[in-house]
Amino acid sequence: MLTPVSRMCCRPLSVPVQILFLAVTIMTAGVSLGVGTSSSGVRPGPPVNPSVGDRPNDAGSAIEITWEASFDDSRGRGIVNSYSIFRSTEAVSGFANVATINSGRERYQFVDEAVEDGRRYFYKIVAETGSGAFSEPGVIGPIISSAQWFHSDRYSMLWALIVVSTSVLIFISLARKGKELYIRPIAGLQAVDEAVGRATEMGRPVLYVPGILDMDDVQTIAGVAILGRVARKTAEYETPLSVPVSRSVVMSAAQETVKEAYWDMGKPDAYRPEMVRYLTDDQFGYAAGVDGIMLRERPATVFFMGAFYAESLILAETGHSIGAIQIAGTAMTSQLPFFVTACDYTLIGEELFAAGAYLTEDPRLLGSLKGQDVAKGLAIAFIFIGVILESFGIHWLTDFLKVN
Amino acid sequence: MRREIPLIITFVCGLAMIAQFFIPHSPFGGVKDYFQQSYMIIAAFAMLLGIGNLTKLHVGKISEKRPQWGYSVVLLAGLLGMTIPGLFIGGIKEGTIFDFLFKNAFVPMSSTMFALLAFFVASASYRAFRARTVDAALLLIAGFVVMLGRAPIGDYLTWFMPEGWQMSDYANWIMEIPNTAGQRAIMMGAALGVVATSLRVIVGIERSYLGGE
Repeated sequence: MLTPVSRMCCRPLSVPVQILFLAVTIMTAGVSLGVGTSSSGVRPGPPVNPSVGDRPNDAGSAIEITWEASFDDSRGRGIVNSYSIFRSTEAVSGFANVATINSGRERYQFVDEAVEDGRRYFYKIVAETGSGAFSEPGVIGPIISSAQWFHSDRYSMLWALIVVSTSVLIFISLARKGKELYIRPIAGLQAVDEAVGRATEMGRPVLYVPGILDMDDVQTIAGVAILGRVARKTAEYETPLSVPVSRSVVMSAAQETVKEAYWDMGKPDAYRPEMVRYLTDDQFGYAAGVDGIMLRERPATVFFMGAFYAESLILAETGHSIGAIQIAGTAMTSQLPFFVTACDYTLIGEELFAAGAYLTEDPRLLGSLKGQDVAKGLAIAFIFIGVILESFGIHWLTDFLKVN
Repeated sequence: MRREIPLIITFVCGLAMIAQFFIPHSPFGGVKDYFQQSYMIIAAFAMLLGIGNLTKLHVGKISEKRPQWGYSVVLLAGLLGMTIPGLFIGGIKEGTIFDFLFKNAFVPMSSTMFALLAFFVASASYRAFRARTVDAALLLIAGFVVMLGRAPIGDYLTWFMPEGWQMSDYANWIMEIPNTAGQRAIMMGAALGVVATSLRVIVGIERSYLGGE
């Protein structure tokens, strides 16, 4: 076998011993020709530490095969070109090739996703040379794949969810019972009335931009929720409202929201479907469209509430150039500096999600904000404890909180 | 029932999405993919609604000769000019009319809009960096150091300083320590906000996205 030769070649051997090993190598290679090598090839060393296991935390039908490079891979003689993986349901026969992976790494991993749960499988991994010779295959297994009922890497997330949810639900319950809850004033939200009032006085429209992501993003949901409150104000003051959107689903949701707001305020006649209009899904096409609306209609008040990317500053600077009062809110940290610079008020991160609740003054919604604050307090406490523990070399809290 | 049915659907779907995060086993494991695919199908159909809305609005504007109706003509010409070749004249493969328009009209126009950002950054920075308050002064200093540290001239200016104390090191420190700390704080607050908002939506307290109070 070549493996020990390869290993020992690295040691300083005397010339006669090297000649002896060379002779043994040639002889062994010659003997093993009939057992799976090509006539021109020399058997390479087999993959090191091959192992198989059921892939953890999955829905089943997947077996993970791992191994380390053969001693004749790139770190050795460099004659191994690839590794072939064979699978069978029996230990001695019926092996079929399922994959071939190119060599050149220290460690290898292959996930076989063509297996059935509950069946026994055996695997062989062989190293192959360019001349077609391959290593002595050893059988590994049996292994049975199965689905898991709980993702073992997500215990900390489950605990966090339970704590946050319990906290929020407790405070909602307290608020329902009439307990007075203090919510800190948020300048940007207190200015909503003033901003809509300004547009009314100036006889100009209010422009509302609910971000550029779809309804499957929570920021967009929060943006549409705030739109409902703003639409009530515009309905009350009979101020024109314009809502350009970049997603068709958002258009449908926003149209319903604005329509309901106008109905609820007793102003169904003031509602027009074209208040909410679709522009384009394209990011910069949308930015160009909204900029055009700003420059043509010259709204007195502009709201940016939702998820934004590079178009944030283009929009906010255009709004600034027309002298509009601008209130922005987003949880995109990379866009916040732009909004802070170009807008009069900015809702930072969590304030966007709190805005809908804040504006309604519904005790149940305000209760949820209080619960959120308690969860935040716990997070801060965990950070402090974590910093102290890590400083003393204790890692269990960090390890527990890690999510893969 | 007009309100109750959407609320029930939201509740069931919300719980299913939470469950699939923790339970890989079937049927929960495939819920996310199923919902995502369903959403894409709905969004594709909703696209027709969007195009319908756009066309109706601008055709109305042109027919009534409302102010600046010429822009609507340009918009509809662009819409039809891309859609008709894409659907009926050669498709969207390379070398087709659609491909030509995409490469020679759409891409340059998008790039132009993106390039505007550079000018807007300059005008916004000018306002932000006017050191009229302590906060603005700190912002100015931090921005100055980071900009210098990110350019080769920063290290040339501090050539006499020992290694580890040059301009790029200060810039890296600002970006990695105070900037990262601030960003993480915002992200954690936002994450809690997402959880609380999702809970409000799932349990049906927040229903303004359905048009209600």
